[in-house]
Amino acid sequence: MTLLAVERMKLLTTRSPWWCALLALVLTIGFSALMAGTSDAADPMNISATQFGYGFGLVVIMVMAALAVTTEYRFSTIRATFLAVPRRPSPLVAKATVVALLAGVVGEAAAFGSWGIAKLIKPTSDLAINSSYDWRAIAGVGLVYAVAAVIAVAVGLMLRHSAGAIAVLMIWTQLAEPLVQLIPKVGDKIHKWLPFNVANKFITGNPDPSARDVLHGPPPSDAVLAPWPAIAAFAAFAVVLFAVAVTVANRRDA
Amino acid sequence: MIEATGLTKHYGRTVAVDNLSFTVAEGRVTGFLGPNGAGKSTTMRMVLGLDRPTSGDVRIDGQHYHDLHQPLRTVGALLDAKWVHPNRSARDHLRWLAAASKIPRARVDEVLDLVGLTGVAGKRAGGFSLGMSQRLGIAAALLGDPRVLLFDEPVNGLDPEGILWIRKFMHRLADEGRTVFVSSHLLSEMALTAQDLVVIGRGKLIYQGTVEDFVEHATESTVLVRSPQLDRLRDLLRAEGSEITEITEDGDALRIGGVASAAIGELAAANNIVLHELNPQVGSLEQAFIQLTGDTVEYRTEEHRSEEHGAGEHRAGEPAGNGEVTSG
Repeated sequence: MTLLAVERMKLLTTRSPWWCALLALVLTIGFSALMAGTSDAADPMNISATQFGYGFGLVVIMVMAALAVTTEYRFSTIRATFLAVPRRPSPLVAKATVVALLAGVVGEAAAFGSWGIAKLIKPTSDLAINSSYDWRAIAGVGLVYAVAAVIAVAVGLMLRHSAGAIAVLMIWTQLAEPLVQLIPKVGDKIHKWLPFNVANKFITGNPDPSARDVLHGPPPSDAVLAPWPAIAAFAAFAVVLFAVAVTVANRRDA
Repeated sequence: MIEATGLTKHYGRTVAVDNLSFTVAEGRVTGFLGPNGAGKSTTMRMVLGLDRPTSGDVRIDGQHYHDLHQPLRTVGALLDAKWVHPNRSARDHLRWLAAASKIPRARVDEVLDLVGLTGVAGKRAGGFSLGMSQRLGIAAALLGDPRVLLFDEPVNGLDPEGILWIRKFMHRLADEGRTVFVSSHLLSEMALTAQDLVVIGRGKLIYQGTVEDFVEHATESTVLVRSPQLDRLRDLLRAEGSEITEITEDGDALRIGGVASAAIGELAAANNIVLHELNPQVGSLEQAFIQLTGDTVEYRTEEHRSEEHGAGEHRAGEPAGNGEVTSG
């Protein structure tokens, strides 16, 4: 508990998490407002369309999570941390937990904020949260952000440099995963199992009952797992990656 | 007390610290001296468990650093004054450190007061001058009221006032019975700050003992004598003693090693020799340091190397007997 409090103090006494959180909220809620504002009778607003910007917020949150580690290396406060708590896994687990919690809270705020602003702009459209799909599409965002934050913390721990870690995360989520599909024959099969595609299944999958146009929400996932196994697989992947990162950080000279 | 035994650290093929053994005693300030790149910081990082020794062992009061319970209460360290997030205030920086070791919050204000930073405690640490950063680092080291303190080059870049403050502070800490281990590449500073010395060069131990012994052993004191009857004095001295290690001519004077100035004066008086000058020359600490670590300096300038090379050649090419080397 002490270490969680310490990591919370470290995270919230610097500016970058606040800026990242704010940016994530502006992006996601802004996109929802844009969608709601441009919707009409032919293309009515629906639940999935409110979460159109969740992928953008995800990227910002991962930057925030990676920075939470890499700035500690940049300013050597991680060394000060290891001096205070020389058994390194505990403070690192505490850090990942605190960052994941913040990411989750921002995710929920972004998702419900996006839904709320759409309801405000288009009060007449059907935005009731009824089905399990509806709940996952909105409340699930926080869960995906939290797990993604753990992945970003792990990458930050392994690379230790802000630029490197952010580049890897960007290329991975924005370029590598989508581009894998272009590989002839096996590309699609591989893509079905890539972590962020699998995570996307939890938000968008099984199937969207509104039968909306693909363009009106986050692009649906082609992962074969059902939504809940998908988020479980995503979380398992994050835990394994984080365990590897902690092992590396523990062996390495700080 | 800090005990290192056979401490060794390799970085790839580079040997940073080579089979280093030393002890740092309680209640004294121990200087950790060596040229830049000698392995001082690496050694300190190994003491604090930040770097893993390739082999060997180092213990603080008999325990490894990572086995200490809440180590900040036992060991305080200032390795680098810039180990602070620049956007965090001095007080916030100390608060999270205190929280990590369950040190009461009130202690934060105590140490801020101790180092004289109370007035700027709420300011962001990134805007601090080097002297202020150094004080904040010392405040952090003192948070847990530790028995053992390590400081890596604490006076680097400080103004004279700051240096004096740190020096007095170290003495105070040692007088309170704490173990104080402070590294520096500045020998003159260590002579004023430390009582004991651990001297290393290229990762190897060169000397361990008191500062006085170091100066005595490493420097050779000579006596400069000026007299109108210099030749007679020289002959008498030659006849007199086997203790004389050196007689060289220095302009119109003699430089005599291995004999006390009193003995030379008495010898002169007994033989009715007039002395114009009898001047004991104490070798400086710098000379001692350079003498001991001279061939262990890691980074030498090209100039330095060619000078040495040239001098060697010169000596070899000189006809024997003509080489009267005078020292200034």
